[in-house]
Amino acid sequence: MLRGLWKLTWLELKIFLREPLGAFGSIVFPVLVFVVLGRFAGGRITPSSLSPAGFAHVGLPVFVAVLISLSGVLSLVTIISIYREGGILKRLRATPLRPQTILAAHVLVKLTLTALTMALTVLAGKRYFPIQAGFPIFGFTMALLISTWSILSIGFVIASIVPTARFAQPIGAAILYPMIGLCGLFVPVQSLPPALQIVARLLPLTYAVSLLEGILKGEAWSAHIGDVAALVVVFAICTALSAKVFRWE
Amino acid sequence: MGVSATPRPVIQVSRIRKAYGTTVAVSEVSFDVSEGEVFGLIGPNGAGKTTTMECVEGVRRPDGGEISILGLDPFRDVYQVQNRIGVQLQQAQLQKRIKVWEAVDLWASLYPKPLDGNRLLEQLGLADKRNALFMTLSGGQKQRLFIALALINDPEVVFLDELTTGLDPQSRRAIWDLVRGIRDRGKTVVLTTHLMEEAERLCDRVAIIERGKIIDIGSPGELVGRHCPTRTVVLATEDALAEERLRAIPQVETVMRQGAEFTIQGQGDDFVTEVIQCLSENRIRITDFRTLLPNLEDVFLKLTGHSIRD
Repeated sequence: MLRGLWKLTWLELKIFLREPLGAFGSIVFPVLVFVVLGRFAGGRITPSSLSPAGFAHVGLPVFVAVLISLSGVLSLVTIISIYREGGILKRLRATPLRPQTILAAHVLVKLTLTALTMALTVLAGKRYFPIQAGFPIFGFTMALLISTWSILSIGFVIASIVPTARFAQPIGAAILYPMIGLCGLFVPVQSLPPALQIVARLLPLTYAVSLLEGILKGEAWSAHIGDVAALVVVFAICTALSAKVFRWE
Repeated sequence: MGVSATPRPVIQVSRIRKAYGTTVAVSEVSFDVSEGEVFGLIGPNGAGKTTTMECVEGVRRPDGGEISILGLDPFRDVYQVQNRIGVQLQQAQLQKRIKVWEAVDLWASLYPKPLDGNRLLEQLGLADKRNALFMTLSGGQKQRLFIALALINDPEVVFLDELTTGLDPQSRRAIWDLVRGIRDRGKTVVLTTHLMEEAERLCDRVAIIERGKIIDIGSPGELVGRHCPTRTVVLATEDALAEERLRAIPQVETVMRQGAEFTIQGQGDDFVTEVIQCLSENRIRITDFRTLLPNLEDVFLKLTGHSIRD
């Protein structure tokens, strides 16, 4: 069923890292953003002046996590549309590779890169935000992988419908980045106007942020079952939808 | 002997149709391909060759009609069929930064009984390109890699779509030799081309496609004999009586004269012999003699009223 998955995943990872800008955009850039923001904040605030649930402790890591996740999604959208436009998907289709295998390989590549970027960010962040004993590295990474997995499925749908690679990045960004403003990261969802609250409740990023923030504050997974469920539902709907509308060429 | 030597058909296509929106790409196309033959779909760009071939490969689903390949249905049994066929697609690409050996290695891992990838690359003259990125290969090298990928599973039927389009004459000839090599290994080959010379040199039988329909099927020789039976002899002589003598040959239809050069047309297998006999009996001294044989290009022109390049 999934013949070739590991080989294709390993191959796609190598190919991705051979792209100088690909590696920079998805790994180096998010780490740089984190470091620059960290310097900026770190010069003015001392750790003792931070409230445990303040922006630098919860908001900033979540914001960077979301950026990592979105850049992964955008990169997936771009790669799939380049593969379609260039006839690579077409060539792969005429092999025993199943469509699911090809998509799964790309998801695995993105999740690997996401985990890698996360690890590097945490390492880089140590200098500016000494990690407290209670920092849930494992839980936070898990939450990020689940969030990325779910948001990636939106990427599938976008990748399925954008006509050419040239439009993939801007269309993907136009759909994904507005979510950042409504996801509760900067303005709590409760204080949004009622209409926007409804929109926010429909956005998967809202649940991703809630999950990430909760885990970071040390809340139990059981308190965020709803968030995980919402993310899984989004994944199921989008995967089914993209299977319907996916075009090979 | 009592045993029929008729090769069994490997591919049977019966009345397939395919439309894209309101554009009919293929209509009522039927043909058989026998085991071990090189079968060509020939016609101008946009005639429906690729659509027809992709329907047989199982890459595209026809709107109607029946296709059987190796006794299987290309859609219902798609994964079984894919293990037994090799495909080279028109306008296909690989990842820009995939290495040659990586592509061969990936493809080999997808099939139950792959050939030795290194040997295949050697046979196709790509051994020294093993570590090259796909994007750095020349057009001919890319096509040879695609042939390698089409052969990696030791397929029974190989599909080659516009294999030499865009290649220089030298690479083209090299690829032709490779295709003959594939046939010599006993494989059935189906190819499309808009190059009549390519079809004549490689194909045992061809189907001429025009506007989504097959106009005629046969070996290149049969098609020429059927549609362009007229033979032409061009000769040069200063002999004053030559024109009169040549016109006296029964099979001769026309004699055209341009200075010392005569263009003689006629029909029948003995036509050329008759002309030569006439020359020798009458001791006509000639300074040039050549026969012009009609080819598939002429057949196409005759059948469609326009050149394949139009």
